[in-house]
Parts: sequence; C-alpha cells; structure tokens
Amino acid sequence: MKVRAQIAMVLNLDKCIGCHTCSVTCKNVWTSREGMEYAWFNNVETKPGVGYPKDWENQKRWKGGWTRRKNGKIEPRIGGKWRILSNIFANPDLPEIDDYYEPFTFDYGHLQTAPEGKVMPTARPRSLITGKRMEKIEWGPNWEEILGGEFANRSKDSNFEGVQKEIYGAFENTFMMYLPRLCEHCLNPACAAVCPSGAIYKREEDGIVLIDQDKCRGWRMCVSGCPYKKIYYNWSSGKSEKCIFCYPRIEAGQPTVCSETCVGRIRYLGVILYDADRIEEAASVPDEGDLYKAQLKVFLDPHDPAVQAQARLDGIPEAWLEGARKSPIWKMAMEWKIAFPLHPEYRTLPMVWYVPPLSPIQAAAAKGDLGTIGGMPDVKSLRIPVEYLANLLTAGRTEPVTAALERMLAMRAYMRAKTVDGVIIDSIAERVGLSGQDIEDMYQLMAIANYEDRFVIPTAHRETGEDTFQMRGSCGFSFGEGCSGKTGFGLFDAKKSKTPMEVV
Amino acid sequence: MSDYLNSALYGWYPYVCLTVFALGSLIRFDTAQYTWRSGSSQLLRKRQFRWGSNLFHVGILVVIAGHFAGFLIPDWAVDWLISPAQHELLAMVVGGLAGLIAIIGLSLLIHRRLTDPRIRATSRRWDIAIILMLWAQLALGLLTVPVSAMHMDGALFVTLVAYIKGIVLLHPGVADLLLGTPLIYRVHILLGFTVFLVSPFTRLVHVWSAPVWYLGRPGFQVVRSRQSVGHQARNQSLTVADLVTRTRPAKPAGAKFRQPVTGD
Repeated sequence: MKVRAQIAMVLNLDKCIGCHTCSVTCKNVWTSREGMEYAWFNNVETKPGVGYPKDWENQKRWKGGWTRRKNGKIEPRIGGKWRILSNIFANPDLPEIDDYYEPFTFDYGHLQTAPEGKVMPTARPRSLITGKRMEKIEWGPNWEEILGGEFANRSKDSNFEGVQKEIYGAFENTFMMYLPRLCEHCLNPACAAVCPSGAIYKREEDGIVLIDQDKCRGWRMCVSGCPYKKIYYNWSSGKSEKCIFCYPRIEAGQPTVCSETCVGRIRYLGVILYDADRIEEAASVPDEGDLYKAQLKVFLDPHDPAVQAQARLDGIPEAWLEGARKSPIWKMAMEWKIAFPLHPEYRTLPMVWYVPPLSPIQAAAAKGDLGTIGGMPDVKSLRIPVEYLANLLTAGRTEPVTAALERMLAMRAYMRAKTVDGVIIDSIAERVGLSGQDIEDMYQLMAIANYEDRFVIPTAHRETGEDTFQMRGSCGFSFGEGCSGKTGFGLFDAKKSKTPMEVV
Repeated sequence: MSDYLNSALYGWYPYVCLTVFALGSLIRFDTAQYTWRSGSSQLLRKRQFRWGSNLFHVGILVVIAGHFAGFLIPDWAVDWLISPAQHELLAMVVGGLAGLIAIIGLSLLIHRRLTDPRIRATSRRWDIAIILMLWAQLALGLLTVPVSAMHMDGALFVTLVAYIKGIVLLHPGVADLLLGTPLIYRVHILLGFTVFLVSPFTRLVHVWSAPVWYLGRPGFQVVRSRQSVGHQARNQSLTVADLVTRTRPAKPAGAKFRQPVTGD
C-alpha cells in the first residue's frame, strides 16, 4: 500500500442550472490570452450533444484514453511509444481548431465610430487568429446550448450507444441536462503517458496534473491522448496547456475559481486517499463495466487506523488526514454512492465525479400509467433515460445510477414528509439502504450545501517541501525569457503576448 | 574571389557560426526554455501538413545523417569501407533521393505557410525566414548532384571532406582547399554554416529535443513530489535547478514511474 492524497471534485448535476459562471470566471482568470482564446479549461455542455470539441466522446475517432491489450496490459489508445514517436512529425489524431471553433471577437469599436446613417451600425465578427473578417460564425464553444440545433446532429452524442434514440427527437420526449467539464486530474492520466518529453506529471502531494511549460516542446500527443480533450495546444506559445485545478488557490486552502463562483453551489472539493499501488490493476480490469467499481477499490478509508498509519509513513500531513475524514467527496462517492466518474471506460481513473441529475417524470407516469414505488416515482420513468446517464458515468452499468437516483428521490421524499407533513418516515430511508441520519446528512451537504461543508481543503505544506532560502532571487512564473526581458528586446523568438482585443 | 575573402568566409566565418550555435543554444535552453518548442501549426490547419511535414522531416533526417557520416567518420574507417568514387556515388544517390523527398515536403510546407491565411498570420518572421533558407539550402544541395556527376572520380569529394574535417579538427588554412572548387559547393557550404548561425534564434532548436528518451521511459506514468528537501539540503548541496525540478521515482504496481527531467 502506497498512500497518496488527492484533492478531488464532485459536481452535483442535479443542481446545475447551466449559467456558465464557472466557465467565464475560469476564462477570465486563466485563458484570456493570445493562443488560448479557443481554450476553455472549464466548459458547460448541454447534453445530449456532440460537445466541445465536436464529438469528443467518440474515441474511435479521437483515440483518447487507454486500451487494454490481449495480454492484459493497458496502453494508450493512440499507440505505444514507438507508434507515438513515429507520428511525431504529424499527429494523425489531432483535432483541428475548427473542431473546437475559430475564435472570434466583434468590431465593437465600429458601434461608436460609425458615421450617421439610415441603419443602425452593427458589430461584425472578426477572427482572433487571422484578424480577418468572418462572414459567418459556424460553430462556437457552446453551440448546442439548451438543445440548440437539430436533433439529427445532437443525437450523434456517443452516450446514445445502445439507446433507442429516435424517440427522444420528438418534442414531448426530449430531455436535456448540463454537463460542466474540466480536466479530470486522473489517477492514471493518459496525457502524461503519451507525452514524449515527460513534461506532464501528476503531483504526488495533491494529485493535480500539470504541464511543465518549460519542458513542453509542443509535440501535441497529449491533446490526442486525453480522452476528455481537456488539453489545449496554445498556437501562439507552441506549448500545451490545461486546467491547473487553480493550484495556487488549492495550496492556500481555497477552492478553485470555478467552484468558488458556482452560483448553484454544485461543486465540492475534498481530500481522497488512494492506494497508488492499485492504480494499474484497477485501470486494467477486463470488463469496462467494472471500472467504476475497480476505482472505488483504489480509494482508502480515512477512518481505517491501518490506512492512517501507512499514510503517516508515506508523509501525508495530519491536517490532510483530518481533511480526508471530513471530505464531502468521500461521503458522496463512497458512503452514499451517489457520485460517479465521467466515462470510466477510458481507463484513466478520473477524479472529478458527478452526481447524476434527477429529471421530471414523464407525462405517462404523471397520469398514473407508470408505476410509482411507495409514493416515489420509479426512476425508469424519469425523463432522462437511465441508460444515457449510465453510458456517461458508469460505462453502461445502470444499477449504480439507478441506486443513486433512488437515494436522491428518497432524500426528497423523506425531507418533504419531515418539513411539510411533519412526520419522519424512516422506511423511506431504509428502502434505499440508508438511515434517517444519512438522509439528514445528505440533505445538509447537498441541499443546504454550506461553503465550509462543500470545500474541505487542507493547505499545502510548502514549508517542508522547498527550501525557500535557496529559492530566493528566482523569478517565478514568466511568459518567455526567464527573469530577463526588462528591455523588451527578445533575443530568442519569444512573442510579446497581446490581449485578445488588440488583434482587431 | 580574393584569398582574403575566401579565408574570411571559409576560414573564420564557420567558427563564428558554430560558436553562436553552441553558445546561443545553451543560453536559450538555460534562460528561455519557455521559447524552446517545435512551433507546430498543425492545430490551425491540417491540410498539406501531414504530407509536408512527414516528407520533409524524414528526408532531412537522412540528409543530415548522411552529411555527418560522410564528413565526420575518420578517414581510415572510410578508406577501409569504400573508395572515394563509391563514396561519392553513394552520397549522390542516397543524398539526392532524400533531398528530393525533403524538398517536396518543404515546398508543401512553404506553400501552406505563405498562402494559408491562418498560418501566414500566425507566423513569426523567423519562421518564414528559416523555412526559405532551408529550401534554398536543399535546392543548392540538390544542384550539386549534377555537378558531382561531372567529376565521378571522387577527387572533388575528397577535397570537400578534407575541408569539413579540417574545420572540425581546427586545422589552420583549410579554407584554401576550397579555392577553385565549383561555386555551387561554396555557396552551399556558406549557407549551411549560416543555418547553424541563426538556428538558436529560430524554432530549429527543437531538433535538440528529439524525444528519443521516451522509448526508454519505464512504464508510462510520471509523478513528481515536492519531497522534504530541508533535511537533504543539510546533507548535500542542492542547486536551485535541483529544487525546482526535483522529482522522485514512485512505483505503482508493475509500472515503474520515473522522473521526467531527461526529456532533452
């Protein structure tokens, strides 16, 4: 057993209202720069839809994640080391920027400078790559917002696999949900595995996956290797960039920007202890459907004295062990089993998990044609098909998703009875395998969702990690030529960064 | 051409170029690694890239390998293997073919770089300059093939090899060897050294970083820890660079995890 700690995230999709505050605040902080205009470390998709970049979940096309060989070993789907190196001059599996969208701005200045005329002046779009006029914007980061576009296109969503999707094209059967996405900070990151330079690494102390911007050489294999397409090639700097899980904030005990600003309070951050020695075994299980359960086995119980003892030996600070015991992630993923990994079948063991959304019961059930069980609607009568959620969250296994949805319905029924009718019905809780106290705890964490309950983040122990005396005089982060550049004269081809608005 | 000019261009200039090449690359790597990259534009436009880039790179690698082998293998080893005439023929055939492949690829890349609005708009000045320089150098190299065909005895070839070896081995006065050789060779040599001269200031530095070490990385994963270096610092002296990139190998079952600092 090799105990490591990770700050993991859970998103409660049941409460996501699709406001994009997470995406916008993230963009403002991290990617509002030349070369990264098209990149959204965090984006919110309306599902069903092909998503951003287009069709990202179709790994037959993009070859992201891992594949299991006949001998039981896993290797990146884009290929082993020899194949990756043989494609280094031109990566055949790299999306083009149009698969994301050509970034654009508008001639806002024209609105003020246009001469008086018969018609109102308009702000026309302009490419942020070429600076040239774009006659028509063909695609954007959120083109399918709230079921935008025809069903024929949206239904290419890979999560419809094995679902009779035609009926969901009809207006009365249609359904939708929001899916906020960011880097999964996987336990078994495919991006790190395919990076020929070794520039991508997972931090041992908090699990955050980062790209060393100095070591990155721009070979672009990570863009293909990541099945979530959450690594972006910065065409201006020639380096790949990704969500950094706001590590400067996390180190200081603060939530990430997307979590902090979430108006729906759907995001949770907390410590998960895991056994690094079990990662490969869990990622290599033969049946993709078992990957969710296999990942649960990698997580270690923070209440177990043996785990605590080993964790201390492995150098995990006491505050982190305490954080692990109070972790909202542990409760949702392990105790209540209501949170799931996104696409476990990619074998990356992702660490940003999702609580599946409830949805209105279909008209038929409302009329009484479909069964309700003990006053609660059968989850099969919910508008979002369970199979669809299972394809998204559990590699097609519906039982765990069904159980989670039942628990969430039970929480509603129990609390409604308690607060509206003034009665406590323990049988509601017992039917879904919980106690009344469990339901109260779930309610506190998921419905009330206080700040200090959602975010349990122990601070990093930098004082033991680095000798600051020896770090003195170093310049920290800079775009380009180290500490130099006071003259503004760049010897080595560093490009002066511009704000996006300067392009026009 | 006067002897004086010949000596300046072929006696002194190569050392200026090689010095700037070595020192410039080192300084850039040390102080400005953020700028050290391949500078790929594949993301912005796929068209022509796969053919262009693959043809160019494969061709140019063979050409470079040929030049190094031809010029730098010691005389006794070459003499043992092959006669000068055979050597010349081999260089013409293999070099000619590889050069042809490379220049076809490079022409595609130039067309793409100059005519595609996205690539043109995002090109740095050096990107365009170096791609044109390389094309010119390849063209000159290919033009030497028919000139060589007129002197199949290998004598000219021996002179050129002697010149390059003289430069590398710091023999004085080797510039005189080039007096009387066909102009095309001399221009090719001059431009060749100029490519070395400018390369630290262009994207060509990525050649140094060819990630062949990847093949030797055990397992796939890379983990870095910020381990307690306080107590270590007391025992051994660490540089700032050590601290910044300090990594620790960690082993999950089976796969060996290893530090990534060996990328270059």
